[in-house]
Amino acid sequence: MSILVDQDTRLIVQGITGRDGSFHARQMLNYGTKVVGGVTPGKGGQTFEGLPVFETVREAVKETSANATVIYVPAKFAAAAAMEAIEEGLPLVVCITEGIPVLDMVEVYHAAKRKGCVLIGPNCPGVISPGKSKVGIMPGPIHKPGRAGVISRSGTLTYEIVNALTVRGVGQSTCIGVGGDPIVGAGFLDLLPMFEQDDETDAVVLVGEIGGDEEERAAVLIKERISKPVFAYIVGQTAPEGKRMGHAGAIVSGGAGTAESKIKAFTEAGVPVAKTIDDLADTVAKR
Amino acid sequence: MKIHEYQAKELFREYGIPAPPQALAITPDEVQTAAERYGGTVAVKAQVHVGGRGKAGGIQVVKSPAEARAAGEKILGMEIKGITVKKVIVVESHAEILKEAYLGVILDRGEKGISFICSPEGGVDIEEVAERTPDKILKFTATSSEFPEEKARAHAGRLFDDEATAEPVLEIMRGLFHLFREKDCSLAEINPLVQNDRGEVMALDGKINFDDNALFRQPDIEALRDPDEEDPDEIEAKEAGLSFVSLDGDIGCMVNGAGLAMATMDIIQHYGGRPANFLDVGGSSSPEKVVKAFELLTRNPNVRSILINIFGGITRCDDIANGILESRRRIDLDIPIVIRLSGTNADKGLEMLKDASLITAETLAEAVQKAIALAKGEDA
Repeated sequence: MSILVDQDTRLIVQGITGRDGSFHARQMLNYGTKVVGGVTPGKGGQTFEGLPVFETVREAVKETSANATVIYVPAKFAAAAAMEAIEEGLPLVVCITEGIPVLDMVEVYHAAKRKGCVLIGPNCPGVISPGKSKVGIMPGPIHKPGRAGVISRSGTLTYEIVNALTVRGVGQSTCIGVGGDPIVGAGFLDLLPMFEQDDETDAVVLVGEIGGDEEERAAVLIKERISKPVFAYIVGQTAPEGKRMGHAGAIVSGGAGTAESKIKAFTEAGVPVAKTIDDLADTVAKR
Repeated sequence: MKIHEYQAKELFREYGIPAPPQALAITPDEVQTAAERYGGTVAVKAQVHVGGRGKAGGIQVVKSPAEARAAGEKILGMEIKGITVKKVIVVESHAEILKEAYLGVILDRGEKGISFICSPEGGVDIEEVAERTPDKILKFTATSSEFPEEKARAHAGRLFDDEATAEPVLEIMRGLFHLFREKDCSLAEINPLVQNDRGEVMALDGKINFDDNALFRQPDIEALRDPDEEDPDEIEAKEAGLSFVSLDGDIGCMVNGAGLAMATMDIIQHYGGRPANFLDVGGSSSPEKVVKAFELLTRNPNVRSILINIFGGITRCDDIANGILESRRRIDLDIPIVIRLSGTNADKGLEMLKDASLITAETLAEAVQKAIALAKGEDA
């Protein structure tokens, strides 16, 4: 099965004619993702790699029966693009764009909740179910079909970890980068139960970082409701207080959101926390 | 982005939140003049972004212009947590304070909304109050752009435990909420919010942080930025599209991606070394960005070795290699460099660098251990 995306995912690309959108649309097509069209206001009627480009999400969904969208629209317009897709009733919206004003995301988040839409991102690498569908910007070849689920707040760190798993023969059911912003759509709390339900996932790798308390809440959820083994890795132990570490959401403030607090929460919930990336991959491989 | 207390209070006034009269001063003369103008008791307060001003002696309440001048002489130029005080404000302080409360509005990641934090315990560190007496913290959340009128009304009278203050507190809550939304804040805090013997409710101190992502649509806020308060290297990095934070170790780091950069720092520490910085060169890194990154790393006199860790995805390792070669041409480098390239075009990148006398490593763990050895002056 895998979660969120698979061979039945019919994807549209918002911002398909832009620099990032066009590059990654080609990459996704090459991977085998069923990209069925794109949306760029002002360029409706054009084609991209033989695919139709539409003015609006509404037209695109009507003409292509798309059931998911991925957004590569610049930060100033990305929240509106996400809102358009959510209002149109698409069940999965993946927003790659970095730098969206956080208060705009508060509105988008609650709109998605109201509509029952799964929002992934923003500021994320996307979602991949290896061998089935890739929706995002992650390098395809490092992934390998298998039975480990991966949820991460990071981009390149996720690639590094997935690669470490793959070279040890551990394939993945679905890998999700949830995004590095303070307000993102689906998080650990939403995705862990999905992996728990998925009969093609045997174990979950959870990659957290400083800032917020999502990891602490996830630890409680795991203890109470997740029966599959979970392996955690937390970055940012060396980060100074009050400094934003690249990701807008990666900041320790007022003593809250520290790596220590997250590691402690997982340890108390019986979730092993790896010291290094190799340590993490070795532990999962030996399972 | 952070601003000073005096700037926060000017924004408060714009949004109908009363604050006592204040004057900015950069010399003891100006402090004295302002104190003469207000007469009577004034407070002289250091304007720096770091907390703990009171404990450091950066806030003094004085009763005459001569004392104010003396306070100005002492505070201007003092160091608070490594920042030199260049500005103070002189605040008219005639009214007697009866009660001090706390009122803050934050971007609430857990609730995915805008939360009000209120407490009848003001003038102290709110995190300490939350730790010591959590029942003294009241919280309510707005999850839309509407001011949560009913919830605010229910809490307004509780701040000073006095119904007479409910209306003015409600007005202040409304102002603070609109300020937060319209100016794209991530934190807007009044601490303390005071009730004085004239029956007024006022903001005696204020702190506002802004969402960096939204500064493109807040030019008037961007204009409040104080370059004296920011690390010049961090500003330069930001202008070049890099994310950089100075640390106090001796291993310079250049990594693509924030999460991987943090992981690299942590692994350095795990093996007993100390990172000199956080540096994310970002995705699709152009050679120019790499050159700028080298400039930043080599400017730090503490750096004894450099570790480059790239996992190519969108970032192509050959672009990084080009940047390294260009940097070698432009910058005189005698610091040993350990490089680990993986992912997109890694082989091509390594081939390009084979004559550049770099130390290569296959894995991150190997690269980290080599960089640590070199920083200690040992062979890799």
